Amino acid sequence: MDKTDAELIAAVLKGDEASFEPLITKYQPRVFATARRYARRESEVEDIVQEIFIKAFQKLSSFRGEAPFEHWLMRLAVRTCYDFLRGHQRNKETAFTELTEPESDWLDRFVVQPDGASDNADAAKLLIERILDQLSPPARLVITLLEIEERSVKDIAKITGWSLPLVKVRAFRARAEMRKILARITQEKYL
Amino acid sequence: MNLNDLQSKLISAARKNAPSDRVPYAFEKRIMANLASHKANVWALWGQPLWRAAISCVAITALCGVWSLVAMNTNDSPETFSQSFENAVYASMNQHIEDAE
Repeated sequence: MDKTDAELIAAVLKGDEASFEPLITKYQPRVFATARRYARRESEVEDIVQEIFIKAFQKLSSFRGEAPFEHWLMRLAVRTCYDFLRGHQRNKETAFTELTEPESDWLDRFVVQPDGASDNADAAKLLIERILDQLSPPARLVITLLEIEERSVKDIAKITGWSLPLVKVRAFRARAEMRKILARITQEKYL
Repeated sequence: MNLNDLQSKLISAARKNAPSDRVPYAFEKRIMANLASHKANVWALWGQPLWRAAISCVAITALCGVWSLVAMNTNDSPETFSQSFENAVYASMNQHIEDAE
């Protein structure tokens, strides 16, 4: 019979490092999906996931077992992704390169008839990825958690360690930052 | 163009295209190997300076030993170091005793 998370964690804390492997196997798909929200290159994603599990192993003694292990791990994952965003902020290209042809076509369709431009199109997916890349780390984090993953403000405060008013302020600023980028793109295209 | 609508549409596109949860082959093995090497590195990190400190301590002890041996052999006075130290510490006390006598 498979051991529970609590049993595996207890074994790791007693010195049985091999018991950490089933925990990695169980949670790595979710951690990979989270990391892919913040990094696009696969090599970066792998580095982030590896760092998350190494941190989890090192800080396992601080897991008190009051909440499920998954919540603790995902909080650690999001914070590591945020550190990654902050670390790579300076290396990021600052200018938004021109729209690709499919992105431009999708935007044209949206202008003519907003309902006609499918939100399931690859062009829309690529465009939002590139816009998210342009956002500042706190703005990207808050847009991802609040708007894309549809988490509550309270939940985001728990995950990030920010206060509730700070989450609300950063959400407001993030939406404004995103609208500014959209305004610039549309101005360059249509004016 | 309504930027709020465009923003909502793009956010909706991001929601519908959730990132893949695909895991590279044997990724957990890679992490376990990394953890093992990381642990070895921590020991190496402490071990190297501790060994250096131990070598320095042994060297200092040996030098002190040699120096004290040499000092003992070259000392011409009949008083040993411990005797002269004791005399210096108790000098005032000895003076009082002599005065009383």
